Amino acid sequence: MNTVSPELDRRFREAAADERLLDAAYDLVDTPIGKLLVATTQRGLCRISYDAEPDREVEQLAKTFGVRVLRSAKPIDAARRELDEYFDGKRRAFDLPVDVASLAEFNRRVLEELARVPYGDVVTYGELAARAERPRAARAVGTVMNRNPLPIVLPCHRVIGANGKLVGYAGGLGRKETLLRLEGAIL
Amino acid sequence: MTLPPFERFYEEHREEIFGFLVRRLGRDRAEDAFQETFLRALRAYPKLRHGEHLRAWAYTIAGRIAIDEHRRPRPDADLPELASLDGRPAFAQLEHLADELPPTERAAVVLRYGYDLDYAEIGAALGSNASAARQAASAGIRRLRRKEHQ
Repeated sequence: MNTVSPELDRRFREAAADERLLDAAYDLVDTPIGKLLVATTQRGLCRISYDAEPDREVEQLAKTFGVRVLRSAKPIDAARRELDEYFDGKRRAFDLPVDVASLAEFNRRVLEELARVPYGDVVTYGELAARAERPRAARAVGTVMNRNPLPIVLPCHRVIGANGKLVGYAGGLGRKETLLRLEGAIL
Repeated sequence: MTLPPFERFYEEHREEIFGFLVRRLGRDRAEDAFQETFLRALRAYPKLRHGEHLRAWAYTIAGRIAIDEHRRPRPDADLPELASLDGRPAFAQLEHLADELPPTERAAVVLRYGYDLDYAEIGAALGSNASAARQAASAGIRRLRRKEHQ
């Protein structure tokens, strides 16, 4: 049959990444909380999506990072490995470089503070706002969490309401609870 | 039409481009040519200004690579030389000549006379059919003749 074999397809997708021709590469990663779409640029991890519709995600990646978006497993291997270790309880911090250059300055600052919240700990929206030197911006911090392009790696699940309630999570409250349980932050 | 993400371009065209390369080069050599075609397309992709004629564009790249592959020495077969007037390959002369034609006619002429595709293949490349491809090619040739006489 004259069809493209999976092996040939894989070889092309790998060569495209090896020659550094891609604006963004992505792949799907299986985890205990569902399939994640994970994307990276040359600079670092740029997107983790729950329940992704690949077509729409790919359009969005192309708009943000450039039209050369291709599914390619190899550039995602490091992220896949670290996520596996995290869900196995063998990793408490991610060593992956992240690319948040396309975000607004305020969002970047809040996400930088968020990245410092350690494994097993939680922080309120208000506290995180204060750490980002915008103590009255708890609600804006909530919006930044809701649009966090890199959930799990940038741990927005560690941000909870002032009353101790989990409040909200873009991937669904069930997932937030699972992640906090995994980290031992709640019983 | 805006340029789609490369993933979509690749998904849409890889099977027919591979089929075309297999017909031209045989299965073994088609694999290398396939990878080269899409890597070359990927390098040039951000320079495209719109998403029109992408299929014809993909065929043009694949055709060029098939010709390069033909020229490479191969131990097991003699391949017919492509028509050439002055030592340059036919497609090189034609692409230049056909530059001023409307895009569909240009693609039809170049694919027919430069790359020796049949009308069914050209129809597929242009997103139409064999008879529309034949018409576009002959309209293009007529236009070129008129230009020549001006």
